[in-house]
Amino acid sequence: MIVEATGLHKAFGSTKVLDGLDLHVAEGTVLALLGPNGAGKTTTIRILTTLLRPDVGTVRIAGYDVVREATKVRGVISMTGQSVALDDQQTGRENLVMIGRLMHLGRPAARRRATDLLERFDLVDAMDRRVKTYSGGMRRRLDLAMSLVSQPRVIFLDEPTTGLDPSSRTTMWDAIKDLVSSGTTIVLTTQYLEEADRLADRIVLINGGRVAASGTTDALKSQVGGDRLDLRFAVEADVARAAALFDAPRGTDPLVLGIPSDGSAEHLHRVLDDLRLAGVPVVKVSSHRPTLDDVFLSLTTTDRTSVQI
Amino acid sequence: MATTAVHGGARNAVSDSLTMIGRSIRLSRRNVDTLVMSIVLPLLMMSLFVYVFGGAINTGTQYINYVVPGIILLCTGYGAASTAMSVADDMTSGMIDRLRTLPIRSSAVLTGHVTASVARNLLSTTVVIGAAIAMGFRPDAAVTDWVQAAGLLLLYVLALSWLAAGLGVIAKSVESASTLSFLMLFLPYLSSAFVPTNTMPSFLHAVSENQPITPVIETVRGLLTGTPIGTTGWIALAWCVGLLTCSFIFAARLFRRRTHG
Repeated sequence: MIVEATGLHKAFGSTKVLDGLDLHVAEGTVLALLGPNGAGKTTTIRILTTLLRPDVGTVRIAGYDVVREATKVRGVISMTGQSVALDDQQTGRENLVMIGRLMHLGRPAARRRATDLLERFDLVDAMDRRVKTYSGGMRRRLDLAMSLVSQPRVIFLDEPTTGLDPSSRTTMWDAIKDLVSSGTTIVLTTQYLEEADRLADRIVLINGGRVAASGTTDALKSQVGGDRLDLRFAVEADVARAAALFDAPRGTDPLVLGIPSDGSAEHLHRVLDDLRLAGVPVVKVSSHRPTLDDVFLSLTTTDRTSVQI
Repeated sequence: MATTAVHGGARNAVSDSLTMIGRSIRLSRRNVDTLVMSIVLPLLMMSLFVYVFGGAINTGTQYINYVVPGIILLCTGYGAASTAMSVADDMTSGMIDRLRTLPIRSSAVLTGHVTASVARNLLSTTVVIGAAIAMGFRPDAAVTDWVQAAGLLLLYVLALSWLAAGLGVIAKSVESASTLSFLMLFLPYLSSAFVPTNTMPSFLHAVSENQPITPVIETVRGLLTGTPIGTTGWIALAWCVGLLTCSFIFAARLFRRRTHG
């Protein structure tokens, strides 16, 4: 485990932000921290990247303690925060060379490294323009490139695509996937379930400062159940008869009954035949596949019980 | 990782500071508005005092010979205010987090801003003196007097720049940094910069005689106009060294506290 966090507690004044959070990330994998606003995602990232000390709990990154061996930790990680950290009045290349020099690369090596990264992130045409002329997507790419100058083993990305248009988001995702294929470990936070679904090997769902659920995306989805058929009826009496027929519990919508399904056409036929034989007219049928949204909603709106898969 | 050198140690600290100094100077140079203002404003103030108020102020000498040191200190205050704002900008943007997650001494960012501040002041002071000579300023100073005056001003600028850096660190935003540094712009007016202090009401007279700017101005004025300065030079030196020490410690401690998690 390249990232090992155990029992993290953090409070700001009387506001408890983290309440016993555990996190483990295997080297070369992508972990997504998912959670509603205020769940403690950014605080977690700030503790893991040595920016904030935990009140209680320990974090080891590549074997180094984030509090006692902060400098060693900083030698193996890099962080890309929510606000882009670039100098608007420097060019893209100058920004990168500056970080290279701070990493004590010689001037020629720092320039070479900058050029490599500019090529990799498709910024060569803009490299000698000041960053203030860059688009939002270009800034994010340059910001990510800044984190890679030091060739870190673990990269932390705090909401890497928030505020980007769909095409810039796809470009960022491709860049992140490239990193993964080169063996870099990535910990990212996101509010977009699709992003977690696309990028992450494992997802940790945080709610109220602790882990509400964790596992692979498939495992999390199966936790909220498999496929479902939603049957809509014209009157409530029909819903009640159908509920008795399939022995299914009533949902929140009084005119809709959801019944478990394996997603096959045969099952759909059987359900419709049963309804016709029983003389219950159904208005509409839709099939429903669980998404991470369902997982997210079912786990963050109910309670704070921890489910480990 | 082969490309990442060993960190820590004095040589790396120097190299980090040089990198950040290069950055701050580049940013100052490209921030054209601020740079132009830091030169134009003192020139405007000097013209205002020499041509508008100066005729009515009796200092016993040519007014321009009297006012130049005050203008120089006034423009230092403006330069320092912009330093506080650039520091606050770094502290409130993502930049400080980026630097703090690198294996470097992140306070190099302050060294960078302070050095750039000194460089900007050097430039604006040179322009002010040049313009003053064109407007009729006739210094009567030997090379050693110039060197002493320059040395004292350098200490003063350094002290004010570190103070500004400290204010930039505690400011919650760029705007509040500019408000906090207001005092530095105001102090020269309550000194012997523009009028002899004995013309002020007695309580203001006491304030202006005992604040750091008056002895610095008196010393620079004495050195440049070839009049004896007596013990004022030592008082000015003591103020500058004391102020520099305090503001350096102030900035460094605040920075440590603000970045300690």
